[in-house]
Amino acid sequence: MKLETAGLEPHAAPQNEDSFLKGVKDCLPTLLGYLSIGFAAGVVEKTAGLTIAEIAMMSIILYAGSAQFIASGMIAAGSSAASIVITILFVNLRHLLLSAALSPYFRHLTPLRNMLVGSLLTDETFGVAIHKSASRRNISEKWMHGLNIAAYLNWIIANLAGAFLGQWITSPERFGLDFALPAMFIGLLVMAVQSRKKYAIDIAVGLIAVLIAVGVSLLWSPSMGVITATLVAATCGMGIEKWK
Amino acid sequence: MDIFLIIAGAALVTFVPRVLPLMLLSRINLPDWGMRWLNYVPIAVMSALIAEELFIQDGELSLLASNMEWIAALPTFWVAIRTRSLLGSVIAGILSLMLLRFFF
Repeated sequence: MKLETAGLEPHAAPQNEDSFLKGVKDCLPTLLGYLSIGFAAGVVEKTAGLTIAEIAMMSIILYAGSAQFIASGMIAAGSSAASIVITILFVNLRHLLLSAALSPYFRHLTPLRNMLVGSLLTDETFGVAIHKSASRRNISEKWMHGLNIAAYLNWIIANLAGAFLGQWITSPERFGLDFALPAMFIGLLVMAVQSRKKYAIDIAVGLIAVLIAVGVSLLWSPSMGVITATLVAATCGMGIEKWK
Repeated sequence: MDIFLIIAGAALVTFVPRVLPLMLLSRINLPDWGMRWLNYVPIAVMSALIAEELFIQDGELSLLASNMEWIAALPTFWVAIRTRSLLGSVIAGILSLMLLRFFF
């Protein structure tokens, strides 16, 4: 298939020439996922008591599904601003790894242009981009913007749609929508473990995190539970790897 | 105002990890232990969040049959492992919990 296309279009872009529109097209397979998770997030945000303006601001400047679910849950529970921001920092630290993994393919850009490329990076767009990188040395900046912006607009629309409909959904629990967040975490966790193939250490780290999170939540507070569990379990993982 | 600050703070701590490696890694490299530690952060934080969602309710441990979330987590894990799809996991989770709440 690839060879055929190359034969038909001999002058078509050796590398680095994928267009903005091609990026938008390559985003299409992920759109359904964004729509449904974004919609669920919008409903949960609305029922947590956020206004439409706050929800719009969240999806525009925060633009991270897990963080938006966590923020609305913790705001509804009356957690302190500091504990909400720290929890979100930890949850989104995984972006460091995604961004680092993509960096070799954007060495041809200046730091400022790389900032624009990274500012809309998500799990899904990373997945599409890293797949693209398998056949290239550089990833086209225009293509990446097409991919990112298509995903971004779709997310904002889904969020607002969820928020508007959330006005009429009095109990999202009845539809299981409150489970979108844990289910998403389960998906992210499983995919992370499967892609690393370090099952023994990863499962150990996961179990340590579960025990600490539950213990600290019961004895202290749930938001401290996540923070403590992350710090301790990640350090344990590093230690186990070193002494093994 | 408070909510505005929370959203702005959350946006900032989300923005920095997204852009910093792309901006800097062509110039400098993280120390080895730093990368290894970061490697375990996603596993640790996801596990901790899942545990809290499933087992903690209003600051109390809830392992009872009345808490159906951990039961719904089982098919969700199964679908996640089989499909490796975020969307698949979310749909499986939502449907499982909806059906459990409908029937029990």
